[in-house]
Amino acid sequence: MSDTNFDVVIIGAGPGGYVTAIRAAQLGFKTAIVEDKYLGGICLNWGCIPTKALLRSAEIYDFMKRAKEYGLNAEKIGFDGKAIVERSRGVSARLSGGVQHLLKKNKVTIIDGRGILKGKGAVEVSKDGKPVSTIQAKHIILATGARPRALPGLEADGKLIWSYFEALVPDEMPKSMLVIGSGAIGIEFASFYNSMGVDVTVVEVMKQIMPVEDEEISKFARKQLEKHGLKIMTEAKVAKLDKGANNVTATIEDKNGKSQQLVVDRVISAVGVVGNIENLGLEDLGIKTDRGCIVIDDFGRTNISGIYAIGDVAGPPMLAHKAEHEGVICIEKIAGKNAHPMDKNQIPGCTYCHPQVASVGLTEAKAKAAGHEVKVGRFPFLANGKAIALGEDQGLIKTIFDKQTGQLLGAHMVGAEVTELIQGFVIAMKLETTEEELMHTVFPHPTLSEMMHESVLDAYGRVIHM
Amino acid sequence: MPISVLMPALSPTMEKGKLAKWLMKEGDKVASGDVLAEIETDKATMEIEAVDEGTLGKVLIADGTDDVPVNQPIAIILEEGEDQSALDGFNPTAEAKPAGAPQATADAPQTVAPTETQNAPTLTASATTPDTASSPKGARVFSSPLARRIASQNSIDISLLTGTGPHGRVVKRDVEKAIKEGVAAKASSAASGTALAGAMTDDEIFKMYEPDSYELVPHDSMRKIIAERLTQSKQTVPHFYLSVDCELDSLLAVRSKLNASAPKDSDGKPVWKISVNDFIVKAMAMALQKVPDANASWAPGGMLKHKKSDVGVAVSIPGGLITPVVRDAETKGLAQISTEIKDMAKRARNRKLMPHEYQGGSTAVSNLGMFGIKNFSAVINPPHGTILAVGGGEKRPVVVGDKVEVRTVMSVTLSTDHRAVDGALGALLLGAFKECIQEPAMMLV
Repeated sequence: MSDTNFDVVIIGAGPGGYVTAIRAAQLGFKTAIVEDKYLGGICLNWGCIPTKALLRSAEIYDFMKRAKEYGLNAEKIGFDGKAIVERSRGVSARLSGGVQHLLKKNKVTIIDGRGILKGKGAVEVSKDGKPVSTIQAKHIILATGARPRALPGLEADGKLIWSYFEALVPDEMPKSMLVIGSGAIGIEFASFYNSMGVDVTVVEVMKQIMPVEDEEISKFARKQLEKHGLKIMTEAKVAKLDKGANNVTATIEDKNGKSQQLVVDRVISAVGVVGNIENLGLEDLGIKTDRGCIVIDDFGRTNISGIYAIGDVAGPPMLAHKAEHEGVICIEKIAGKNAHPMDKNQIPGCTYCHPQVASVGLTEAKAKAAGHEVKVGRFPFLANGKAIALGEDQGLIKTIFDKQTGQLLGAHMVGAEVTELIQGFVIAMKLETTEEELMHTVFPHPTLSEMMHESVLDAYGRVIHM
Repeated sequence: MPISVLMPALSPTMEKGKLAKWLMKEGDKVASGDVLAEIETDKATMEIEAVDEGTLGKVLIADGTDDVPVNQPIAIILEEGEDQSALDGFNPTAEAKPAGAPQATADAPQTVAPTETQNAPTLTASATTPDTASSPKGARVFSSPLARRIASQNSIDISLLTGTGPHGRVVKRDVEKAIKEGVAAKASSAASGTALAGAMTDDEIFKMYEPDSYELVPHDSMRKIIAERLTQSKQTVPHFYLSVDCELDSLLAVRSKLNASAPKDSDGKPVWKISVNDFIVKAMAMALQKVPDANASWAPGGMLKHKKSDVGVAVSIPGGLITPVVRDAETKGLAQISTEIKDMAKRARNRKLMPHEYQGGSTAVSNLGMFGIKNFSAVINPPHGTILAVGGGEKRPVVVGDKVEVRTVMSVTLSTDHRAVDGALGALLLGAFKECIQEPAMMLV
């Protein structure tokens, strides 16, 4: 490597890192990105993207099972698990190649290896544990992401107890499975394996599945998932996992301390993720961390000048799109652009189980807790023409407005394709529309999006189709 | 159904006005075109005409009421066949209908475009109408719907806020900041003159004087506007000043010749009597054409480079001043300029000028020479880029070559908005002006 001097060096080429690198290059910075394993990071290689590929297979399989409802004949339906996984890996490989192309196109130098801070303005790159070079940069952005949280006694072993790495590439479908944790990762895997015929039990310590979602939406989703055959235990805790030769005996405690045992072939541990703050050289520089994440200000700056952090390693919500946006704000601030802090209340969240769940902003409970007097609108898929035509009439769109100002505080959805719908409300929130503009907006007919309109109308007692 | 008569907007910038006097009383028959009442705005008194026929059923706003918001119902007209009982339960706001376009009296041309009247801000509209936050300057203020609503709920004029959103859009955080920290003074003509930043309150001022030692005269609309506009100008427009002496001898000779050769009308009076000030207005118009870059108004969105020379002329009137504008002055002869100024000055004194006659323009001339003032600096009338303060012509010793000669000299001072016209540019403009004054033939080329 000839060039060792850069304006900006980014450690980690996940969605936060590579997007920041491209933006930095656009802004005229001489930029390098240091990545040890995968361009595109976990998201693209072991997270968001490959799971969507698996879930698409599951969705089509579900449709095949329902072929008769649509007047179609599908006999002897089945699947090739290996081919499903191969497709998923192929999707990731294609996109990872795309990231490499984008970085090169933007003249970002890609440095293969692991980056460690060596004082201010210097990054040591090592490969296979051996230092290979040191590079200098005025600005160093840490974008090292996160990894699965390992709770004592529930650690993944890669064989019987899986993290998302193993869950993405099963050799064969287990007969039964325990999923610990019902956040987005847990519930998506549970939904996938359930569709593929695995007997899946989800255990969640909180009162509801997908604990960050609106209670009403969570309840609705739970009912649908259970109808689909998923077993769900909330306010329950996995106290112990006893590994057998090819199965695991789980001891599950309910809220009253009563325990029961469940024997399953495989366990997926999906109890959250933690930031990758180790072996980065943070301690030598005295960079502040808090609960496993690097502490930053509104513009990604750490307590040490010239060192920044973005994405999962800089704290929740640990979402790819949050990382990307945080990175762009960080680099634009460095470039002296008119950057504004991200409003974390306007970061949408999507879960791709069946039915899908999507939301942005405050839940009804949080809105009330924040002191808002609210107006709540609801509209069910049952009353929407397009949903009925699709054969997807189970779902709900809920909107929450501040009664006084008409500010859209939150939107929550469950049902088919809601992950594609939510963006309409995200834009509405970003542009600071009130109920008035939403009511005056024309929604195309027949679409699922009409339910967004109706939900807003319902909040103000003006719903038409109900 | 009864018809509401609304407070009309006499100009695009008018937000409120004074209902000076009702010319009809309750029970009077009203025909379309009848003059109902007189409205006093910042600079003029206007008559409002009825659009509909019927009977004046009820007067809602009494004579002499100040600050009546535009579009507020001021009276109800009963249609034929209706009597007073029709008023029961009638909501004048809901059935509102704008009054007819105001008609200036006598020979003044009808000029207020009806569309302006209809587009006036609907200040009485319900809280669900989001379009209430129109800029008092008539320019669009980019703002989010939520920002507009929160601003209106907190009685904040959104045009006073600095937007921090994309392209300066006013967003929620800007309004919330204003609620918390107050509205900073910014170039705007909104609010009342008393709400200016840093101004002392009534109490603070009153208590400095013995209660019986003064007479308290309430501000009329014009006084409020003068206070507000000029404070705003001095606070927000970076003024600088350029002075020059102009010799008037050639000009005075030309003036004598022109006035002596004026034809006589049927009464035997000369058709024109051109004043020095008419020359000054013409010279300023020509100078702006010769130095077109100085014919400019600064606006946040860009520089307005004016093509015509529209020159305002400050006219002192009882209770204040007003600056009617001579349009396209570069194309007009001295006689025409002279006639127009005389006509507008006369109507200004009677407060009968139409808004379009005193709005716009890119510069103005303020002449205090007749009071024996030698030199002074004037305050720019935004959005003008300059204003010329003119002192009196007097005989002064002037060094010509190595000799002292007696010449008639007039000192002028150009006040310049530095955002629009920089120092050297202002000097060029003043140089061109001086050339036209000292050698009036220069105005011909």
